[in-house]
Amino acid sequence: MAQKISLNVNDKHYELACLPGETLAELLRNRLNLTGTKIGCGEAECGSCTVVIDGQAVMSCVYPAERADGKRVTTIEGLIGPDGALHPLQDAFIKHGAVQCGFCIPGQIMTAYALLEHNPDPSQAEIRSALKDTLCRCAGYPSIENAIREAASSLRTGEPIKGASVPDSESVSQVIGRTTIRPDAKSKVTGSAIYTDDLKFEKMLYAAVRRAEVPHAILREVDFDAALSVPGVVAVLTAKDVPGDKNHGLVIFDWPTMIGIGERIRYVGDALAIIAAETQEAALEAATRIEVRFDELPVVNDPVQARQPDAPILHENGNLLKHIKVRKGDMEQGFREAEVILEHTFHTPQMDHAFLEPECSIAVPLADGRMEIYVGSQIPYSDRSQVATALGWPEERVHVVGQLMGGGFGGKEDIAGQIHAALLANATGKPVKLLYNRRESLIAHPKRHATQIRVKIGAKRDGRMMAVETELYGDTGAYASLGEKVMTRATTHSAGPYEVEHVRADCYAMYTNNPPAGAFRGFGVLQSAFAVESMMDMLAVELSLDPVDLRRMNALHVGSITNTGQKLWESVGLLDCINRVDAEMRKYCSTPFSARRVNGEGGRVRAWGFAAAYKNTGLGGGAPDKSGAEVQLYPDGSLEVRTSAAELGQGLVTVLRMIVAEEFNLPPERVRVLVMDTDLTPDGGPTTASRQTYVTGNAARLAAQSLRQAVTSFLTEKHDVAPERIRFIEGLVQVDGQLDNLGEVASEMQAAGILPRALYEYSAPRTMPLGEGGDMHFAFSFAAQAAEVEVNTDTGEVRVLRVISANDVGRAINPLGLRGQVEGGIMMGLGNTITEHFIVENGRVITDRLARYRIPSIMHMPEITPIIVEHPTRDGPYGAKGVGEVVCIPTPAAISNAIFNAVGIRIDSLPIDQEQIARELSSRLPQTGERI
Amino acid sequence: MNLWQQYLRPRSLTEALQVLHSAPSPVRVIAGGTDLMLDLKQGRLPPVHTLVDLTGISEMNVIEIRGKELFIGAATPLSQIATSPLVEEHARALTEACGLIAGPQVRNVATLGGNVAHALPAADGTIALTALGTQALIVDLNGRRRLPLAELFLGPGETALKVGQELLEGFYLPLCSTGQASAFNRVMRVQGIALPILNLAIWLERKNGNISQIHISAGPSGPTPRRFPKTEEALCRQPFTSEFCERALVIMLDEVHFRASPHRASSEYRQHLAAVLLQDTLKTVWQRAR
Ligand SMILES: Cc1cc2nc3c(=O)[nH]c(=O)nc-3n(C[C@H](O)[C@H](O)[C@H](O)COP(=O)(O)OP(=O)(O)OC[C@H]3O[C@@H](n4cnc5c(N)ncnc54)[C@H](O)[C@@H]3O)c2cc1C
Ligand code: FES
Ligand code: FES
Repeated sequence: MAQKISLNVNDKHYELACLPGETLAELLRNRLNLTGTKIGCGEAECGSCTVVIDGQAVMSCVYPAERADGKRVTTIEGLIGPDGALHPLQDAFIKHGAVQCGFCIPGQIMTAYALLEHNPDPSQAEIRSALKDTLCRCAGYPSIENAIREAASSLRTGEPIKGASVPDSESVSQVIGRTTIRPDAKSKVTGSAIYTDDLKFEKMLYAAVRRAEVPHAILREVDFDAALSVPGVVAVLTAKDVPGDKNHGLVIFDWPTMIGIGERIRYVGDALAIIAAETQEAALEAATRIEVRFDELPVVNDPVQARQPDAPILHENGNLLKHIKVRKGDMEQGFREAEVILEHTFHTPQMDHAFLEPECSIAVPLADGRMEIYVGSQIPYSDRSQVATALGWPEERVHVVGQLMGGGFGGKEDIAGQIHAALLANATGKPVKLLYNRRESLIAHPKRHATQIRVKIGAKRDGRMMAVETELYGDTGAYASLGEKVMTRATTHSAGPYEVEHVRADCYAMYTNNPPAGAFRGFGVLQSAFAVESMMDMLAVELSLDPVDLRRMNALHVGSITNTGQKLWESVGLLDCINRVDAEMRKYCSTPFSARRVNGEGGRVRAWGFAAAYKNTGLGGGAPDKSGAEVQLYPDGSLEVRTSAAELGQGLVTVLRMIVAEEFNLPPERVRVLVMDTDLTPDGGPTTASRQTYVTGNAARLAAQSLRQAVTSFLTEKHDVAPERIRFIEGLVQVDGQLDNLGEVASEMQAAGILPRALYEYSAPRTMPLGEGGDMHFAFSFAAQAAEVEVNTDTGEVRVLRVISANDVGRAINPLGLRGQVEGGIMMGLGNTITEHFIVENGRVITDRLARYRIPSIMHMPEITPIIVEHPTRDGPYGAKGVGEVVCIPTPAAISNAIFNAVGIRIDSLPIDQEQIARELSSRLPQTGERI
Repeated sequence: MNLWQQYLRPRSLTEALQVLHSAPSPVRVIAGGTDLMLDLKQGRLPPVHTLVDLTGISEMNVIEIRGKELFIGAATPLSQIATSPLVEEHARALTEACGLIAGPQVRNVATLGGNVAHALPAADGTIALTALGTQALIVDLNGRRRLPLAELFLGPGETALKVGQELLEGFYLPLCSTGQASAFNRVMRVQGIALPILNLAIWLERKNGNISQIHISAGPSGPTPRRFPKTEEALCRQPFTSEFCERALVIMLDEVHFRASPHRASSEYRQHLAAVLLQDTLKTVWQRAR
């Protein structure tokens, strides 16, 4: 009977004692420090923990460590050659831009590695079936697949990896507009990239949260005596132990850090007590031993119910978070002049970000009385102020040290464990790590708003839109989070990217007893676009018009006035997007919107569907939109750019590095990027609303320019030449034809007492609040998409075969990074439409495991044709505006319109229900049982 | 609480049976662990004292012809079954079922014994085995016994195995002779759990242009995996035609009440899919049996 585990890991032999209940993932991560193996779910669903054992890919999170006795284990760290050379898979993942947030990448590479061991020349189908259970939420599946193919061929032929060929921007300069590799790609493919849960501190304690698990109640008693007696437990804190403010929040401080006795529990994720213990097991065990007593109350299930006069009241000021209004023109006149009027109501459910890295925070108390918070957060400065407020401290006493993020998508803007970890660290004087498990992540953090959207549309017979009236209900759940902002965006965009004279929109953002809802890629617009773009197709059917022609006729263009009264005076690439997608689609099929039967087995029908979208860049609505960046030149000739803007995998660090490199005319590799540190980097504002390329991009550009000016004037003085005679070339500086090393200039400046460093605080163009007319936003991105679906008329199953996506991004700063954003955005939109259904029943989350909340896998990947449209915006850096969000917005409607075109069934609620399709198809038949 | 205290890796069946008998309880066997580890981690099973790992026992890790039967060891990983030429030749339905279960990482460790012993009404491997006329080989310290697979199941998650004493050693499947064939198919719901809305397996023998024998199983169609004797009887001694298939479906829907599962499927949708799967699968097997 083995008392020891003797195993070989990456060609090294280990003899280790058996620890009861240990999984192989834990052994690798905790005992061997091989933290490249990631834990995304711990439930055999995501594949992030994949390692190779005796040539076979396995999930190490459900593999008992003892079973590895006598076996050979290969982890991501073992792929790199003895000489430090990357394995062709690693190299190919980098060069194909398959690496985004990077959290899934070790699992992807190890799964692919096992595949290639057995099958050196896999087909596309073989690659997909091998990667079926290895999920990527950034969803660069096409790039992952291409990388594996090229790696396979390189392994067979010995040819070096060339990488993806992505077309450059229409107008390239030295650096901008050309494919550039992410600075963090190498560490992400080798497993050396460190995420928060990979960090360890001496004497670190582990935290757990006792959550309410009931949606609505008054808390009467919390008894934690039994919890304190669990061996290893160091502290248990409840609401009365919060020294500072009891509530936190992003805009409205309505979210209790813990619920106190006699206070209201508003959702299942509410925290009742927090525990710190010497081991994770002890903390979790203690959480289950806490006895609580409460009086349950009736549950507010949805926003419509929340607005009924007899609904239980959840917050002091009632259940209405905000009534949002858009008014333009005269509705009566608009509908009177209309020749057809259609009205329909749509529903969308809550959705989860399902970033593969669960939330993790580590609070570290320092000897000087300060507290460090290690966390992957989209708004580090807001974390700092919220943690400080809860501790009752000045903000400066808290130092947020931002970590690599394994995806965010809007879901890492709110406080997760930061405050709880800080409270426990403060109470115990020791570092405390709070890592959510997947269930906790699914239950606790803010979701996409569930909505009900009624659209009434009036048009002339020729298709000209006369009036659009919408009424939205948004479910902001238990707490406000960014609910008001999200639903404002949903409302202002609810008439679609069209020029309509008469518009009225009313939105009721309501509190309920569901998990809170907040920011999620698309920021409310995904929901309203699903409604209005479905409606556009219904209108096209009613008027017997081509749906593309209908959109073209009404599309916003330069000179249009939006429904909030903003005149668009530049950078409106919508028509271009529509036309280019249309042209591409018609290459496949001249009658794309007619149903086509597929020959062969069973009843399969195909058709295309179309949708358009727009999305603001930046906060807008009168909110000051600022960001700071600092650029410094070092004696070794390198530059560093610093800002607290967040890198969640989207590629901002690459963009910032390129911008500084461009301004100094040197290779991007010479620029380092430091982000997300409240001590070392200036405030970059929230990473939300597709704003960072624009706002922080500008800050970095202007900081770099002012540093360049400082260098220039130093040299002007030193050499006594006119500034025009000084040029920056290929990383050198040329003074009067004479080349000089930039690093030496830096040293000289320092010696002369000038710090070669520049800080710039950029403010985006002023915007106006909703209702006051004028520019509500300083820029918009536009998009059009066509999707081809195949419906199985026997079973109702739907597959998306192709997606053509054109996005007007202003300027493609890094075409490779942009491609990843486009692929990932489409897959996310597809998931929101087809695979994802976040189910809450009576306030309780049914989909509390990844096994129940399905995000798209490589098996769901359509063939994606990305088209980049560049209508530069004047004030954007090099003309760029945001892209992260607009790309996923048209997808749900494009798919559901395609389904309508294929089988005549109008989907008015997400996700698409195959059972509904099968039912409606079979009810059309004269007798049941017969097949179509 | 640790999920287990002691982990044992016996090298032979005898050793496994002995430790099962002697180890401090609660004791459980673990094969791939793809069901068990999740049951333990997610609290559906209380922590155990001893886990007895079956995957190192070579007698349970075989696929071979024994006399007139195909023997598949209970600890054989699904990936090996899915790619075994012997299984494909004699039990195509099982090849197809094992190839559809989960993804490669799970299939590399998950076993057929675990799929059966977990005793879910719609486990894919189990449904295929049921149609294939499988007998389970059960072993304890006193010896071995054979049991027709259907008799192994008592209810959802419950088997006739004496926990802590008996093991599933493997499965005996009749060899495939001329005119015989099998197939498996399923329909999933894209949203939600990895269990099929409905799966269905058919084995049949084709003689003189007629179906001379047929076995049909489908799940979930009740608390335990089952066959449909009345439907089978109705299809026997007939050639395959669409009309006949429809008559068989009426009998099948009479014979079994497909229930609704919350968030997965209504009973009507299941009935509808039963029609689709029955017709498609029957057609496939009929063609294969030529
Ligand atoms: C991501 C994922 C997807 C899945 N998809 C599917 C799917 O599509 N279809 C499907 O049918 N299943 C699916 N499963 C379930 C699971 O993988 C299978 O049921 C698997 O075959 C179980 O085998 P195992 O060896 O892992 O069993 P284990 O988890 O080791 O054991 C399961 C149970 O059987 C007992 N047991 C195991 N072997 C024996 C034996 N020889 N004698 C007596 N008792 C024994 C154990 O004590 C335990 O109670 C999925 C699982 C996961 C994690
Ligand atoms: S962490 Fe193991 S599969 Fe997700
Ligand atoms: S790169 Fe795959 S999850 Fe982010």
